[in-house]
Amino acid sequence: MSIAHSGLQHHVDEPLQTGVPLEFSTEDGATKILGFWLFMVTDVLLFACLFATYVVLYKHIGAGASAAKLFGDDVSGFTAETFILLTSSFTCGLATYEMRHGSHSRLKLWIVITMLLGLSFIGLEVYEFSTFVSHGDTMSTSAFLSAFFTLVGTHGAHVSLGIIWMGLILYQISRRGVNPVTARKLFIVSLYWHFLDVVWVFIFTVVYLTGVM
Amino acid sequence: MPESVRNFATHFFVTGDPMIYGADAAITLVSLGIVFTLTYFKKWKWLWSEWLTSVDHKKIAIMYLISAILMLFRGGADALLMRTQLAVPNNSFLTAEHYDQIFTTHGTIMIIFMAMPFIFAMFNAVVPLQIGARDVAFPYLNAVSFWLFFFGAMLFNLSFVIGGSPDAGWTSYPPLAGLQFDPGPGENYYLVAVSISGIGSIATGINFMATILKMRAPGMTLMKMPLFTWSVLASCVVILFAFPALTVALALLLIDRIAGAHFFTMLAGGNPMQFINLFWIWGHPEVYIVILPAFGIYSEVVATFSSKKIFGYKSMVASLMAIAVIGYLTWAHHFFTMGASAGVNVFFSISTMCVAIPTGVKVFNWLLTMFRGRIRMTMPLLWTLAFIPNFAIGGATGVWLAGAPADYQFHNSYFLIAHFHQTLIGGVVYGMLAGMYYWWPKMFGFKLKDRFGHWAFWFFNIGFYVCFTPQYILGLMGMQRRMYTYGANMGWTSLNFVSTVGAFLMGIGFLFIAAQIVHSLFNMERDVTGDIWNGRTLEWSLPSPAPHYNFAVIPTVSERDAWWEMKKAGNTSDLLPNAKEIRPIHMPKSSGVPFLMGVAFFVLGFGVVFNWWVIAIVGFVGVVACLIGRSLEEHPDYYVPVDEVVHTEAALGRL
Repeated sequence: MSIAHSGLQHHVDEPLQTGVPLEFSTEDGATKILGFWLFMVTDVLLFACLFATYVVLYKHIGAGASAAKLFGDDVSGFTAETFILLTSSFTCGLATYEMRHGSHSRLKLWIVITMLLGLSFIGLEVYEFSTFVSHGDTMSTSAFLSAFFTLVGTHGAHVSLGIIWMGLILYQISRRGVNPVTARKLFIVSLYWHFLDVVWVFIFTVVYLTGVM
Repeated sequence: MPESVRNFATHFFVTGDPMIYGADAAITLVSLGIVFTLTYFKKWKWLWSEWLTSVDHKKIAIMYLISAILMLFRGGADALLMRTQLAVPNNSFLTAEHYDQIFTTHGTIMIIFMAMPFIFAMFNAVVPLQIGARDVAFPYLNAVSFWLFFFGAMLFNLSFVIGGSPDAGWTSYPPLAGLQFDPGPGENYYLVAVSISGIGSIATGINFMATILKMRAPGMTLMKMPLFTWSVLASCVVILFAFPALTVALALLLIDRIAGAHFFTMLAGGNPMQFINLFWIWGHPEVYIVILPAFGIYSEVVATFSSKKIFGYKSMVASLMAIAVIGYLTWAHHFFTMGASAGVNVFFSISTMCVAIPTGVKVFNWLLTMFRGRIRMTMPLLWTLAFIPNFAIGGATGVWLAGAPADYQFHNSYFLIAHFHQTLIGGVVYGMLAGMYYWWPKMFGFKLKDRFGHWAFWFFNIGFYVCFTPQYILGLMGMQRRMYTYGANMGWTSLNFVSTVGAFLMGIGFLFIAAQIVHSLFNMERDVTGDIWNGRTLEWSLPSPAPHYNFAVIPTVSERDAWWEMKKAGNTSDLLPNAKEIRPIHMPKSSGVPFLMGVAFFVLGFGVVFNWWVIAIVGFVGVVACLIGRSLEEHPDYYVPVDEVVHTEAALGRL
């Protein structure tokens, strides 16, 4: 009987494979990354349902403002948000690159920059929401606004969570250095970050562009 | 007592019904009894360190199984109350309001808090053992899933005595379930409790999918996997694709109710049909989530007790996956009467009927497996045999209901009620019972004795037909679901009475199962072989119950039905560990955090139900603290030393 497998699954500290990136080098790391991809399947579907609801309801404006009026007045806000978030995805990619090839101090720098960009994105979104609310366009005004605040707010909540999460990983990398565990954690949070970027592209198209056109 | 306190208490606690006071007394007595017993026998530490903090899939399976059986009891008691109310016309045993609450909790509990934990009990008990793994892919997450389910169920059941139960049906359709027509905390309980346990279900789906894809023993290719494991994979695919829709549907309705949004209201542009679509995008796949593992169990049971390999393995796999995919495309058949275009209804009619094809393939395969097999008539096979005619009828009436024009007649009548009970009881419950009898020795190390089991089987089966056959006829006679009473002039009296008799026969059947478990516990027939049924798959190569690390050395698989083939070739000793081969085993540590996270979710949920935001924030902070604590944990795992493994294996006589 073969015992090739006897060490087994929850291998954390023994790199098994060489020639693959650090985060994939243990069975545990590779399994957790697969698990995260499966989680993202469910998150994609969660957003898909919110998008479907938005599309069904976005012309149901009741006595409230229409999408064209709401977003058409000032396009600079969501345009800036888009550029900031797309850039943050790029800097997040640079962090992963530095983790694999470069210096750990630059890695930490890129994470900090990504987090700052994320924070400014959230700041703009909060400003946008508070402007709408101060004009009386709240969640309880119409079905369209309920769907808008929920869809965009859910994305914003995801980004906020991502910033806190990234902070925790940054802390662990500073304390423990880059090892298969912290590398896997950084890789997963970056997957999450890129995923949120993709969702934003759809929000930009479906909510804002469709709204102003 | 100050007026304000009294006023608060009468709204907070459910009052005015003797049955509720009875329940209050029973809950208090049972809780005191548990506390007393644990203290008297000094078992608190044992409970905490062996169970509440365990991340072992085998223990989690047992906790799921106990919860499922308790919830089957609760849901069954609801059913008997309803049938008692409907036994005679113009009955006043239950008020309309109370009846509404009971059918709502009956449905929710049976689907979310009975069927789901029952399948998860089977997933946990069997899958890692069947594929030659030492645990699931994410043992800690597995414990989180269980405690989210558990505290979701606790929260839901609390509604019975505190605040009032939900009463808008288990489907909870707005606008009826909206704040305008259903104020009070009851509906919030439903939305929050089901959401919490739904998060747990999604995590279980992810966990078992990763387990099956990544952790199979060397040599076990996908097409060499046991069929139960295949069925779990199919079920997990559906969980991943369906549950997010439920999360969204419930969250949006909750936002409507607590933040005054207008997703599903009748005003300001809301669209209630959107909820109904989202709900059934989860709801219909949900029935396949629970039936597919049952199909897997039948496949294992039929093959084992016919002493034959399963007939048509590949077609079994293909039909499991086909059902998983087609089942996702049928949801609108729940509302053919919505008024969608004929084209939409035709699509969903045909897709629904298509499900019958792979299901039919499976039924023929089971029958042909038994053909010319050496059949041993054991409890698991008995339930499997009872399933086949039962499901054939349920499937046939399902095809009737799938015809959109005919559905205008059947819609929401007792015909529908009879149909889905026939598939969910005859399919899922029978399957889970077959699985429970089959794997009980593996889970607990002793067999369930047949004595009361046969009584349970016959009472439950005969009771089933007596209960539900009349309901088909009542449905065709025009009796609608969810009516709390009916007039004597409707001509429904005798059939309803017969149906109630059947329900009580099923209740007696359940009591016999309980008696059987107690009887077997006190007259224990230990399984010392580990292979009590002469099984075919790897779980039977281990002692019963398996040691906590499952496999001292991981087996290498070369055939389907690996254990059977090894027995045939006479090389089962290859699976026994050799003292020199044993190496330290890497295992996850126990952790109390999943339990605490469940508690925190419970507190959060309770706060949201009553819109008491301070409590909700406390709970939320607790959840976040658990997440952060876990992220910062540096060594969530340890090595079982060689000595301990050698010692354990030697004690089991395997060295």
